[in-house]
Amino acid sequence: MATVRAERLVNLVLCLLSTRQYLPAERLREIIPGYADAPSDEAFYRTFERDKAELRDLGIPLETGRNSVFDPADGYRIARRDYELGDIALESDEAAAVALAARLWESPEFTAAARGALRKLRAAGVNVDEHAPAAIEPKVRTSEAAFAPLLAAVQAGRAVVFDYRRPGSTEAHRRTVEPWGVVAWRGRWYVVGHDRDRGARRCFRLSRISGKPEAIGAVGQVHRPDNVDLLQVVSGQQHGAPPSTVARVWAARGRAHGLRRTATVLGDRVQGGVDGEVLELDLHYPDSAAGWIAGYGPDVVVLEPDTLRKAVYETHLGVVRSAGADSGGEV
Amino acid sequence: MTGAAERLPRLLALIPYLVSRPGIAVAQAAEDFGVAERQLRRDLELLWMCGLPGYGPGDLIDLSFGSDTVTVTYDAGMRRPLRLTTSEATSLLVALRALADSPGITDTAAVRRALAKVEDAVGQTRSTGVVVGLAGREHAVRPGVHDAVREATTHRKAVRMRYYTASRDEVTDRTVDPMRLVLLEGHSYLEAWCRRAEGVRLFRLDRIDAIEVVDEPAAPPPDVEPTDFSAGLFRPMPDQPSAELELEPDAHWVAEYYPVDEFTELPQGRVRVRMRYSDRSWMVRLVLGLGGQARVCRPPELADEVRRRALEAMTRADNLLST
Repeated sequence: MATVRAERLVNLVLCLLSTRQYLPAERLREIIPGYADAPSDEAFYRTFERDKAELRDLGIPLETGRNSVFDPADGYRIARRDYELGDIALESDEAAAVALAARLWESPEFTAAARGALRKLRAAGVNVDEHAPAAIEPKVRTSEAAFAPLLAAVQAGRAVVFDYRRPGSTEAHRRTVEPWGVVAWRGRWYVVGHDRDRGARRCFRLSRISGKPEAIGAVGQVHRPDNVDLLQVVSGQQHGAPPSTVARVWAARGRAHGLRRTATVLGDRVQGGVDGEVLELDLHYPDSAAGWIAGYGPDVVVLEPDTLRKAVYETHLGVVRSAGADSGGEV
Repeated sequence: MTGAAERLPRLLALIPYLVSRPGIAVAQAAEDFGVAERQLRRDLELLWMCGLPGYGPGDLIDLSFGSDTVTVTYDAGMRRPLRLTTSEATSLLVALRALADSPGITDTAAVRRALAKVEDAVGQTRSTGVVVGLAGREHAVRPGVHDAVREATTHRKAVRMRYYTASRDEVTDRTVDPMRLVLLEGHSYLEAWCRRAEGVRLFRLDRIDAIEVVDEPAAPPPDVEPTDFSAGLFRPMPDQPSAELELEPDAHWVAEYYPVDEFTELPQGRVRVRMRYSDRSWMVRLVLGLGGQARVCRPPELADEVRRRALEAMTRADNLLST
């Protein structure tokens, strides 16, 4: 920012903070150094409008009003109680917690905002060492394009419409949702709220929203029910690990290390002329286990249970069929 | 935000910052504001020219300089910083609440005290509209791994470990110099200098099969940079080989989970993607496990290898039934 402009804006803030009277634009033009240089009324008002917008963008509470009914035009002032950050003093362990919190974000929305928050806390006299070592550093990303418009809608209390693709489905459908909050859970972002089309509570994954969500309806129309734990709505759908199944497999010697890590070796066995071992392992998610085991191809053969053996066989058959469909070769 | 756009907020924060720290070193102030000392001195010169209407000697902000220090002797009424904006308050409150609700990351009692004070100062106790759950999948981490990693990072010791590399399906022994422990997307990672790979690597704690702290200081080379996570965990390199895959709707998650270079929608809900990979055997395992929900279009050698391994697997399984 050019020195002249920065100087003018600092003077404007100091002046409006020190006055209890509303100061009209014409009066500010006389007082604040820099405005007097404006070559015309039009140039002055253009500059003044830009300055006001800049102050409001920074969150400076610029009040508009008249000192009496006889005033011909609106004036301006900044109420000190609305401008100033409240008193705060932090113990060193509290300051370390704040530093860790400010480092949490890897996010276009929040990384700069957290830095701005720290700057103000320091200006309030708090000492925060941004680089204080921590035992573990949590990091959270916000990379979805839908994040910012959804958060804006939540904070404004407005409903949103967006196109949403369900998992495994091919088409996106238009959904109208009253959003209660945006939730991060295990590296994914969700919006939780009341789905107007379904008439029920729903959660939507941000990565499955196509295009930009659009806010509709009046501000303040959406109210989040008091007794809803947003994180629970998201994480609750994923908890409850199914009971584990014991599987026995044959694995070629020196292969399938990922599988051997959690397995017990039961004994040696030659399979189709290849040396290997029989392993026993606990499987927690039999459905995804079939894909994981199938990935090892001929290096692993499932002995039991029979359902898993068939699932892996079907997986390989699917691969051969889809490859065959392309090349026209026989299966 | 550009440097220019940060200047006004910095100028407004600078006076109260100095008011609360009489005689502070200019270099320290520059560090706290994240600017060069030269820039901070320019800011001070500017503020010296600002003040209250009248703009005479008693109206302007007054500073007194020591050899390397500065003190505000008149603040022109600017004694407190501006309150936090909505997004500044959100960024801090959401992060503090997440830390407060996640035992095992840091001292939650200190976090709660800090949270109460920040809420009080910014005057915001209501919901921010954002909730972050930090709980990880810690059940999969072997006993003793957490303790050893914490001990090593706290006391700056090297560790020897047996580690499973998923991309190569390989278990190796290596000695690493720990840098920090990071919790990202539900997994804990040890960021360390790997002496074997001679580079900074992330080691997922649930893939450490055995670990011991070595009585030897952790000594990553002085010039190594911590990992930038803003682009995600998987950072494909341009020199890596790539494969073109056609994904059926049930396999769309692949394109959500791994970064893809190209994404084309096809009829019947299929998509075509181009993906980079560091290890060919990993790509073969991925496609084999997708059971026909993904088809390799290119390169043909990869398609052949996948098909051949699927056929061999079926032969071996048939073989088992007949013996």
